[in-house]
Amino acid sequence: MSPPDPRRDGRLRAISALAGRLLAFRALREALLSRTPPPPPPEGSEDPSEREVPANRRAETGVAVLLVLAALCGFGFTAAYAADWHDTQVLGATLGVCLALIAVALVLAGKLVVPQETHVEERGLLLKEDEVEEVADILEEGGEGISRRALLTGAAGLAGAGLLTAAATPLASLGPNLDGIHSTAWRRGVRLVDDKGSPYRAQDIEAGTFYTALPEHADPDAFGSGLIVVRLDAKYLHLPAARRGWAPDGILAYSKICPHAGCAISLYRYPTYQATSVGPAFTCPCHYSTFLPGEGGRVVFGPAGRALPQLPLMVDGEGWLRAAGEFREDIGPSWWSVHRGQS
Amino acid sequence: MSATRPRRSRSGSYADRRFRLTLRRAEERAGASGGIKWFLRYVFPDHWSFLLGEIALYSFITLVATGIYLTVYYVPSDTQVIYHGPYVLLQGEQMSEAYSSVLHISFDVPAGLLIRQTHHWAANVFIAAIVLHVMRVFFTGAFRKPRDLNWMIGLTMLMLAVLEGFAGYSLVDDLLSGMGLAIAYAVVLSIPFIGAQLGYLIWGGPFPGSGEFFARLEIVHVLLIPAALAILITLHLAMIMRQHHSQFPGKGRRERNVVGTPTWPAYALRSLGLLFAVGAVLILAGGLIQINPIWQWGPYHTYLSENGAQPDWYIGWLIGALRLMPNWEGPVIGGHTLFPNPFWGGAFFPLIVFGFMYAWPAIERRITGDYRRHDLLDRPRDRPTRTAFGAAFMSWVVIIFAVGATDRIFFQLYISYEQQIHFWRVGVWVLPVIVFFLVRSICRSLQRSGGHPLRAWEGEVLVRSPDGGFESVADSPEGRGSALAEPPSGTAPGQESNL
Repeated sequence: MSPPDPRRDGRLRAISALAGRLLAFRALREALLSRTPPPPPPEGSEDPSEREVPANRRAETGVAVLLVLAALCGFGFTAAYAADWHDTQVLGATLGVCLALIAVALVLAGKLVVPQETHVEERGLLLKEDEVEEVADILEEGGEGISRRALLTGAAGLAGAGLLTAAATPLASLGPNLDGIHSTAWRRGVRLVDDKGSPYRAQDIEAGTFYTALPEHADPDAFGSGLIVVRLDAKYLHLPAARRGWAPDGILAYSKICPHAGCAISLYRYPTYQATSVGPAFTCPCHYSTFLPGEGGRVVFGPAGRALPQLPLMVDGEGWLRAAGEFREDIGPSWWSVHRGQS
Repeated sequence: MSATRPRRSRSGSYADRRFRLTLRRAEERAGASGGIKWFLRYVFPDHWSFLLGEIALYSFITLVATGIYLTVYYVPSDTQVIYHGPYVLLQGEQMSEAYSSVLHISFDVPAGLLIRQTHHWAANVFIAAIVLHVMRVFFTGAFRKPRDLNWMIGLTMLMLAVLEGFAGYSLVDDLLSGMGLAIAYAVVLSIPFIGAQLGYLIWGGPFPGSGEFFARLEIVHVLLIPAALAILITLHLAMIMRQHHSQFPGKGRRERNVVGTPTWPAYALRSLGLLFAVGAVLILAGGLIQINPIWQWGPYHTYLSENGAQPDWYIGWLIGALRLMPNWEGPVIGGHTLFPNPFWGGAFFPLIVFGFMYAWPAIERRITGDYRRHDLLDRPRDRPTRTAFGAAFMSWVVIIFAVGATDRIFFQLYISYEQQIHFWRVGVWVLPVIVFFLVRSICRSLQRSGGHPLRAWEGEVLVRSPDGGFESVADSPEGRGSALAEPPSGTAPGQESNL
């Protein structure tokens, strides 16, 4: 073994650490001031080979003790398991400590028990010019006597293309075509129900909070099913002229699926202190796209590239909330042929 | 002392004779002694940073071992069932069989939670070790010829590992899984022209997909990607052994040799020790530190989401990019939206990051004109421009990664979310430039000082003379001049061309 590096001497460590910090500061300062030429490269001509046989009985005993303890921990795991003591912490601790003891034993054995050796191995260049040439020759000789090389190459390429096409064809049956990507379960007259299936009345909808609504008698997990429903004061209602009739009693319904990346919108900002607060807004918790329900779902912040699609509502004679029509644009994230709204 | 040892006598004990006979029988059949001898004498240069790749390898082994166990219990099905298990808060909830089976693993299967959490911790450590390993390889120039091919294999493994991890926590089908899958669906959909078809192909229909989706995801997670990783790991290691390890310059170390510890016995023991240490840390973490408490999230439904949901860390950079992106979408030409917004953060950004890393060896060769083979590593300071460029690039990715946590910062520190985003939309371009110049000048300064920022001796030994004057007798503990006389290891900065 080489003599210990004096700079690593325990007594100097504290000073070194402090000096290190000073040096880092000095490095910063000097970087801005001067530039001196760097020193020359090292010589790699010395032979560092060495082999040392430790013959360390104490270390051997220590390793043995660690291994025995590891065995005990291993048996401890089995005992806990067999005794129906399925506590995750107990099982993890016994098995983990067993492995940790083996790890320490192995590293100690590797450093103190077995011979320590520094060995020098010469490294080949890999590149053997002659062999490259020979391989090329052998490969080329395999084509000796062939006259219609282009024809054969072309035919083989064609066969490959045919085979690839055939192999890729079954992929087509993995996914249906895009029929239905534009459609949702919402039609004129479909009632709004909650996640337990009970329908909403207009009077259930209070201002200052939001409700999740689903189409009655339809798949609640279809992407287009979820709605976010709120009631707004007239002072916040600034819907586009074409949507004046979409919000009976100030009740508005929007697709709950963010048109950015498809998460469900679940944050509703509602002003509690009117003087300074900004108006009501929906926010998607994934990437914080923020939409104004009072202005037709307009995007005011965040990455969403489209407004939140709005569903026209109506209230029937018995006070049930119903859809007054379909979505006029696609819900969910944008894609090549997405139907974009006007806003 | 020379490396050759005296041949031991053949007339050993009975056990020794049996041992040799066994080896001989194996040799008669496999003829592998030459290869074994070569491997036992294979030299590993000693440096702590060389262990990062080994940590990744050993995490992978842990992942396979725990993963097999989990596969036995996991049910890849979206069939809806009502939960009747021991976790009271979810009793009576409707959920998929997939989610219910993971709850079963967590609460009913003995040691199931330990194995599941160990698996999850191992995934996090696996990818972290790969990322650190990639950084080590980049900043020491180990990616240069002849290792450029292996650099690309490594990057491919990193990509696969991220995908594998995402697939893994998506299989659970809890609320966090579903939200992640929804975003993944949006990113796939955003790919120009073919996005929707591709998304339908993967999910088997519009999101949340057909009943076959979880079976598909499972086969990707438990077979396709692990098999690809295993093949690439084999190639990676075979190529390393063929070329031998690179090494830092030092005593007796040249481009044409390798100096270090042979496999047998010391290195094998130490490396096995590391294997067990990695296993120990992962199992202790799995047993004692909760990770991904899936029961808290509840089952996924498209109309539900959780506020403050965060993905596993290795997805953070993509979430950050999606958040940071201004709401550009389009252009819309003839009713077609060319680039939906998630394309930029979710697809284009990782494409740029990985594309750049794949191309870097070639870019550096082109810039420096250095097409030679390199087996000696650089100290990062000796290549100030490369180091600065790498640091700037990294800071760019790390800022975007950190932006993925802006909502957490808002909740914890009350710094407005919107202001943070507005700040970083500019900062993400300015800060890397500052990092570049800062790191480059630090490197140059360290080169001149010849010292190590954390280890260097920086003192003087003074002797006071009888007349009261001081004289410096040594500027290092080893005596005068020795600190400066020790040549800095590394490629000569004077020889560098542009990097």
